[in-house]
Amino acid sequence: MTETNGSQLLTNARQFISALPHARALAMELTELGQGFATVTMPWDARFVGDPVTGVLHGGAVSALMDTASGAAVMCHPSAPASTATLGLRIDYMRPATPGQSITARAVCHHVTRNVAFVRVTATDADIARPVAMGTGTFTLDRPAR
Amino acid sequence: MTRPAPESVAVVKSRRDAALAMLIAGVPYLQFLGIRFDRRGDELTAVLPFDAKLIGNPMIPALHGGVTAAFLEVAAIIELAWSSQWADMEAGTSGQMRLPKTIDFTVDYLRSGLPHDAYARAVVNRSGRRFASVQVEAWQDNRAKPYALASAHFLMPEDGETTA
Repeated sequence: MTETNGSQLLTNARQFISALPHARALAMELTELGQGFATVTMPWDARFVGDPVTGVLHGGAVSALMDTASGAAVMCHPSAPASTATLGLRIDYMRPATPGQSITARAVCHHVTRNVAFVRVTATDADIARPVAMGTGTFTLDRPAR
Repeated sequence: MTRPAPESVAVVKSRRDAALAMLIAGVPYLQFLGIRFDRRGDELTAVLPFDAKLIGNPMIPALHGGVTAAFLEVAAIIELAWSSQWADMEAGTSGQMRLPKTIDFTVDYLRSGLPHDAYARAVVNRSGRRFASVQVEAWQDNRAKPYALASAHFLMPEDGETTA
């Protein structure tokens, strides 16, 4: 793997995310990227609401955000996988997201084996001390052909 | 015999279809994904018609894993709300149906989602006063080959709470 300028990596990864049709549909934006680490933000939008009385976002939209951040964290792991797909994802919903606030998912790919990547992911609104949801995921890992 | 005449099929169907339509119309995110429900008696099948905006990786192309998770979660919530309020709805004593809240959700991705329509059915394994446990299965072209499974716990709406 050639050394890449950090901001160039972020620009590339941003373009990658915005090329994913569903990530674009949910207006997701990659805001931070490190080695095995990714942060993705999604704005509050009336179309993503699960309960119109309260205006709380649907859990499914939060899941989609957490899945995207997790996949991005796997893709930028130092082992430089060629591609990845979600195997399993478990999410605990601790509290409803505050209506009107954007949601940020921070994912860390903390371990990889030859075939599998393990990820922890946290979703927060403006009150970052009290996460909205936390999850763990397992992802397939495809190694680049040598 | 003075047994009351049975309700006409049209009356029964329109009551059930109206209750289902009201339940679904209350969730904007369902409209956003384009999810609808087929009803056969009390059995519901969630249908996710394919749309380009549901694609995750355009190179394969495959459905976004988050779309699959959301689809399974929607199918589970609607089935749970529907089945738990069926008796009230039939008796004509229900108002606006209330939605359970997700406590946790675990998805098992078995195959990549093809760029085709997807279907899901949920089974309520247990529905208590406060908590419920639901399993849900999604498939595409072949019913015998599910592409994703999920199990979830939900918090049931409190009596008298109207949120849906």
